[in-house]
Amino acid sequence: MTASTSIKDFLPTLDYKRIYNFSELRKIGILVMLGIVLIAMVSIAVMMGNYYISITDSIYTIITHLTFGDISTIPSLHNIVIWDLRIPRIILSFLIGGSLAIAGTVYQSVFRNPLVEPYILGASSGAAFGAALSIVYPIIGVSIQLSAFCFGALAVTFAYLLARVQGETPIFTLILAGVIIGSIFTAFVSLLKYLSDDSALREIVFWLMGGFYYATWDDIILLAPVSIAGFLILLAMGWKLNILSMGDEEARSLGVNPERYKFIAIAVATALTAFSVSLVGIIAWVGLMMPHASRILLGPDNRYVIPASFMMGGMYVIVSDTLARILTSSEIPVGIITSVLGAPYLCYLLRSKGRGMFG
Amino acid sequence: MSLMLRVRDLHFSYGAVPVLNGISFHVREGELCGLFGPNGSGKTTLFKCCLNFLKLKQGTVHMCGRDVSKLSIREMAKIVTYVPQEHKPPFPYLVNEIVLMGRTPHLGGIFGIPHRDRMIAIDALDTLGIADLAERPYSQLSGGQRQMVLMARSIAQDTPLMFLDEPTSALDFQNQMRIWKIMRKIVESGRTIIACSHDPNHVAWFCDRVIVVGNSGVIADGDPAEVINEQTLGQIYHNTCTVQTVEGVRIVMPAGLQTWKNGKNHLNTCNQHVGQNTIRRIDYDIGHDKLEL
Repeated sequence: MTASTSIKDFLPTLDYKRIYNFSELRKIGILVMLGIVLIAMVSIAVMMGNYYISITDSIYTIITHLTFGDISTIPSLHNIVIWDLRIPRIILSFLIGGSLAIAGTVYQSVFRNPLVEPYILGASSGAAFGAALSIVYPIIGVSIQLSAFCFGALAVTFAYLLARVQGETPIFTLILAGVIIGSIFTAFVSLLKYLSDDSALREIVFWLMGGFYYATWDDIILLAPVSIAGFLILLAMGWKLNILSMGDEEARSLGVNPERYKFIAIAVATALTAFSVSLVGIIAWVGLMMPHASRILLGPDNRYVIPASFMMGGMYVIVSDTLARILTSSEIPVGIITSVLGAPYLCYLLRSKGRGMFG
Repeated sequence: MSLMLRVRDLHFSYGAVPVLNGISFHVREGELCGLFGPNGSGKTTLFKCCLNFLKLKQGTVHMCGRDVSKLSIREMAKIVTYVPQEHKPPFPYLVNEIVLMGRTPHLGGIFGIPHRDRMIAIDALDTLGIADLAERPYSQLSGGQRQMVLMARSIAQDTPLMFLDEPTSALDFQNQMRIWKIMRKIVESGRTIIACSHDPNHVAWFCDRVIVVGNSGVIADGDPAEVINEQTLGQIYHNTCTVQTVEGVRIVMPAGLQTWKNGKNHLNTCNQHVGQNTIRRIDYDIGHDKLEL
């Protein structure tokens, strides 16, 4: 290498540096605040429900379990409601919301389009088809969740392969391929609905709206490793995602292999999406909206947007699911709540910050 | 002096349309080399071929004595930096984040970005006199400011070789001069720059060497004082310029400029009937080209 003198040799120094350090500290501060709000929300959600349990009883139940204390000292009803029903449901809501939100962040960065959502490559349509197939033809013997996951992953793989030309996957073709694959699977779902009897039809419709009614610790044991591993991988890729969002050529000139990192990012985001969808059905809006909300708080730097959207996505679904539980005596599907809450919020964003965010 | 860039017999085509046919040239270490040519002659394509963005049909490109087709993307980014024509990213990154992206090939860690790299980014902004933009969203800047920011990012990338695609195209006069001055400074520090430009004067005044690319390949290659002459310019711009010397500096001017303003520019007007309307038609005769308005 020939450049013996450093570029710093002919540069003057300045005082703008302090401002810079301050803005980084501010962002870390916001992340800590989000964490505190999240804990508060979880605590409130634990107490909310049709069966009233006081805050001291709730905390006692949780602490006894966490410290491996004597469970027989807890009233068995409290134990069932708090530890077997509400806690798994809240943790599952958090993981699903967080996973969908970071998947959305990643898709938006990689596709360089702030209006993309995690279902854009056909994961939801594929999963819906898988679920419907297993509902209508239970003879196949595969669980609804497994079938949904397989077809969700399959749909995205199809879209990716369809878009890949000469070792490259241009964004435009990828999105178009996702739309094509998605519409094919949606058509198949319609066909299955047409062929199914009344009870199966009802079950399909319910599945499509998404819900956490059957949340158990088993679901969490299944989802948590995937969700946390995905989160850590994407967190580590935050800076590279910034570079990818500048476009392929620029990524190359900045030393980031666009094909390799696009593939890793899409693969991880898809795994998170497919897992989430297959466990609880299609939860709308989180993956589109929470990345925007995080960017408004913290700016577009993905190193901060990813942890922020993980927490905010989790909070959003916890709030939605808690509302779904308590608003009426019977449950409302959570997908309806997320949409009803989400649409006005996005309208607000569009009207107030639209120009800054999208242009 | 060693060769920083050597391009040999480069062929490239977009599908069936050939764009570059057998381009060969080299750039020596510490040179500010201008790449000059008319619209559509393939300057940007040539850049992208050299930078390995596009796959060559034939030919080789060597940088620092290494074949670029065998370099990894990361290794390449430590040797050469590229300033694209100004553009808008989809997210409102802050200017300092954009400039910090230039440090990417030098970053090893996973989450944190070392203090030193952040300082280099701010210093690069300061070099261009735009440190006050550091906390502004890049997407809300003017085209000229964005171009300066991309230049700063390139300086922060700190590579021995720099490719600049029309670095002054969106800038005002003062900033054009500032950028060329900075490029001279960078070259004096031992780095090598290859910049394409549409302004024959800039190329003639500031570059050490100029390579003129026409539709048929490299037309001329050498000292700007010799290369930028009426014959070469006539070849690529079809006799629309003259070269004159004012106070010892050669200036390229539009041919017959005085006569334009005096209204003696062979203006032909006639009335043309289109249906019931009468349209006034004006033909401007400039050189041998005819513009119709």
